[in-house]
Amino acid sequence: MRIYADNAATTKMSRTAIDAMMHCMEEEFGNPSSLYSIGQQAKEVLEQAREDVAAVIHAEPREILFTSGGSEADNQAIRSAAEIGKKEGKRHIISTAFEHHAVLHTLKRLEAEGYEVTLLDVHEDGLVRVEEVEAAIREDTCLVTIMFANNEIGTIQPIREIGAVCRKHGVLFHTDAVQAMGHLPIDVKADNIDMLSASAHKFHGPKGVGFLYARKGIRLTNLIEGGAQEHGKRAGTENVAAIAGMAAALKEAAANMQENAAHMTAMRDRLIKGLQEIPHSALNGDARRRLPGNVNFCFEGIEGESLLLLLDDKGICASSGSACTSGSLDPSHVLLAIGRVHDVAHGSLRLSIGENVTEEEIDYLIANVKEVVQYLRGFSPVWRDLMSGKATFIL
Amino acid sequence: MALYSEKVMDHFRNPRNVGVIEDADGIGEVGNAKCGDIMKMYLKIEDDTVQDVKFETFGCGSAIASSSMATELIKGKPVSEAMKLTNKAVAEALDGLPAYKMHCSVLAEEAIQSALEDYYTKHPEKRPPAEEK
Repeated sequence: MRIYADNAATTKMSRTAIDAMMHCMEEEFGNPSSLYSIGQQAKEVLEQAREDVAAVIHAEPREILFTSGGSEADNQAIRSAAEIGKKEGKRHIISTAFEHHAVLHTLKRLEAEGYEVTLLDVHEDGLVRVEEVEAAIREDTCLVTIMFANNEIGTIQPIREIGAVCRKHGVLFHTDAVQAMGHLPIDVKADNIDMLSASAHKFHGPKGVGFLYARKGIRLTNLIEGGAQEHGKRAGTENVAAIAGMAAALKEAAANMQENAAHMTAMRDRLIKGLQEIPHSALNGDARRRLPGNVNFCFEGIEGESLLLLLDDKGICASSGSACTSGSLDPSHVLLAIGRVHDVAHGSLRLSIGENVTEEEIDYLIANVKEVVQYLRGFSPVWRDLMSGKATFIL
Repeated sequence: MALYSEKVMDHFRNPRNVGVIEDADGIGEVGNAKCGDIMKMYLKIEDDTVQDVKFETFGCGSAIASSSMATELIKGKPVSEAMKLTNKAVAEALDGLPAYKMHCSVLAEEAIQSALEDYYTKHPEKRPPAEEK
């Protein structure tokens, strides 16, 4: 059996998205900026994609800016808000400790440029508290940027409430919705979102393309200078085929969202229940307020990379927040942010299931994770010390 | 390209000399759980020879493979030879490790050194006269 359970890393492209791209590459090769009909046809494809994407999130087409992906959109949103703030003498930004690095590293850069950044606690359940957002807002706050759903532990933030607080205080609100887009209902108007980032390959679209939603009236700062594409806010000939593929994938995901979410939630909970039978393990992040496809556990006494390699041998593709899988010395900053100590954070496993996962596959996952964890514990000196009482269990 | 060589994967999937020696003559433990790697080596020494060696490891694929290979390299060898095992020899025997995993082979060398040190502490009469560095 082969189970791809790393859909939070990337997803397989849908047939609809591939067909849309193939059609574009074969029939719509023109440059959307050209005035003759072949160019204008490509322009039509581009603008149709913009309408389709906008419709899904209840935005207006002109509020959608196509980018190379989620990271670019995050960078541009934060940079833009920082520039706007600077003009008003506001140089304070609020975010959280467990954002994606596309956000955290951009904030680091801004700190070096003289901005002040407050990173909010995400508590043991991986959820930001709305009242803590409000308490952190100052006179000079120019931006609140908080992810819609976390990429590692899947926890869904109270976005609408955070947005309302930001509106009340006249502060721009950006959300990195890379993990949520296509999986959770998003309404930028009702959710009080000023800017939002998304990436196509997380919802069965192609890699290398995404979009930034920016409410009209928000002046964006260019990251890429050049031609007048994307209302002059993102230069470079548009990747029409990829954009069409993204729009097709998003439309499809939105149309099937309810049905998919219901199935995946049931499968997710079956998987969580099964893995909870492993002694000295713990689910990371709130059990209910999480993405339909996300399961993330820590298993005490083992290390994540060896777990992944052995699961790979059994045909299971998964990921871990262990330091050894990142090439750095520290385990996942997300797991540390929810209070997991290094010792157990190294033994983490993320399984992000897809829409078509079956009960049989879930049971295969449970059985194999159990077996591999038990096997690795069998010759782990850490486990030996825990079992003999020389060390104390954390989980 | 695969992350690890075939040799590493073989020793990772089928680690040699896994386990514990209850009446070990020397035990060494290095690393810490905070960093994500712990290796524990157990030695049985008779007639100045490593008669048996077993290991337990908490760590990544290359940490497990390095422990396994290190035990193979010293099993049945004179203690004086085991003493000279280097991390380089472990890594080479594994057909190489990725650069950022070289510390796993260092840990294997240190685990064996530590177990031998424990043996000499328990049997000071066996300790060879200090050699010049």
